[in-house]
Amino acid sequence: MIYLSLIVLIPLAAVVWRSGQDGWSGFWGSVTAPEASSALKLTLVVSVMVALINLVMGTLIAWVLVRDSFPGKRVVEMLIDLPFALPTIVAGLVLLSLYGPNSPLHVDLAYSRAGVLVALLFVTLPFVVRTVQPVLLELDPQMEEAAASLGAGSFTTFRAIILPSLLPAMLSGTALAFARSISEFGATVLISGNLPFQTQVAAVNIAGQIESDNTTGAAAVSTVLLMVALVALMLLSLLQRWGARRG
Amino acid sequence: MAKVSLRVVALTYLLFLLVLPVAVICWRTFANGFGPFWDALTAPSAVHAFQVTLQVAIPAVIANTIFGVGVAILLVRHRFVGRKVLSALIDLPLAVSPVVVGLALILVYGRFAPIGGWFADRGIDIIFAIPGMILATIFVSLPLVVRAIAPVLEEIGIEQEQAAWTLGATSWQAFRRVTIPAIRWALAYGMVLALARCLGEYGAVAVVSGNLVDQTQTLTLFVQERFGNFDAQSAYAASFALAVIAVATLLLIQLLRPKEGTR
Repeated sequence: MIYLSLIVLIPLAAVVWRSGQDGWSGFWGSVTAPEASSALKLTLVVSVMVALINLVMGTLIAWVLVRDSFPGKRVVEMLIDLPFALPTIVAGLVLLSLYGPNSPLHVDLAYSRAGVLVALLFVTLPFVVRTVQPVLLELDPQMEEAAASLGAGSFTTFRAIILPSLLPAMLSGTALAFARSISEFGATVLISGNLPFQTQVAAVNIAGQIESDNTTGAAAVSTVLLMVALVALMLLSLLQRWGARRG
Repeated sequence: MAKVSLRVVALTYLLFLLVLPVAVICWRTFANGFGPFWDALTAPSAVHAFQVTLQVAIPAVIANTIFGVGVAILLVRHRFVGRKVLSALIDLPLAVSPVVVGLALILVYGRFAPIGGWFADRGIDIIFAIPGMILATIFVSLPLVVRAIAPVLEEIGIEQEQAAWTLGATSWQAFRRVTIPAIRWALAYGMVLALARCLGEYGAVAVVSGNLVDQTQTLTLFVQERFGNFDAQSAYAASFALAVIAVATLLLIQLLRPKEGTR
């Protein structure tokens, strides 16, 4: 417990405390400073988009991995975890080399918001896939067959039979992906080019404020990020309880 | 038909998001042949960055292993007030931005902060030096070992340890002879995960280390600094090395996972 407080709790408390050092107005001033607030806004908007794309694509990929079989499936299976294992700065560099200037595909997303989005999609890819996959594996295909034999189309079967049991896992994976993408730094720092008001995300903004010795401002933005992450985590544990009740 | 189109959609998405970028990196690394790659990787600052990375990662993994086993036993075997809170706190580092971690450590262990000042008076720098980087790395990889072994501990139960006690084993002997062998695969799995995370950490270390070339520069910081200085060859070479470590980790994890299930 002491170890935990020395390394995790006291430092985090110090951030929150520091952000309130100049009183509420100081905190509010730092958070609503044009640069900080646009960074925070961008972070939230992009993260919501990332979460939604992951919700759809992650479920789809999990579905293909569980129900479909094709040569090389094991390799794909392993590749899914690659974004977790790859250092985030390498992830940024990797994406920049394909979607950056002198891209072999002639797609230049460097220093654009689309680039930030792609970088975040890369690092959050495994979350939904890995939460949905085990649930899908345990799902009994007989239920679906029964539905199909009763005349349900494949869309109706999906909506009425599969979706309800999959939903908790899908949503908790999405929450994880969201929490990860609001806090991501390494992958976005290279590809975003750190242009204030355009591509600067909150984590990069904080790093910049630390470098220019504006610790209080950095602490204020950090506190907002912490709060959002905590809300996401709380939602997550609610979802897990909901999922457990259904299961 | 629907099945095939789903497969195509999923694989195309993965191809463009995952496979192609990684392939391009490999291609760029070896575009000028193997020689420049090797030169870039064995350049003094690259080698130094690699040493710093190990200096930071190894103590962090050891600390997290000891802590992880302790906390996992505490969480699984004991019922106490605040157990739920502790369990939630363990996961907290996963949700905190690495940059925030760095800032938090600076605020507490920096030269002008109470704890950091106390150390600084005794000639020990924590921030912008190795100890701070170790702290940052421990922070970000904190939950991995705990989460890897807690479920296994839960499953094996306490009977075998009790049997050891009735046969006269001390609790240390029971721990060493019974508990550790039972959780060894899960423990190895957690340690590999933690090691990969420690080697690859960038954000928290970037803030805490000050990125002093040839002093506190880890491999990930090296990638960023080289890239910023338009030395793409070195950046790609170091990235490639990190990517190889990542793939090796994945293979190890695949090996360790099934054994967990058969125990």
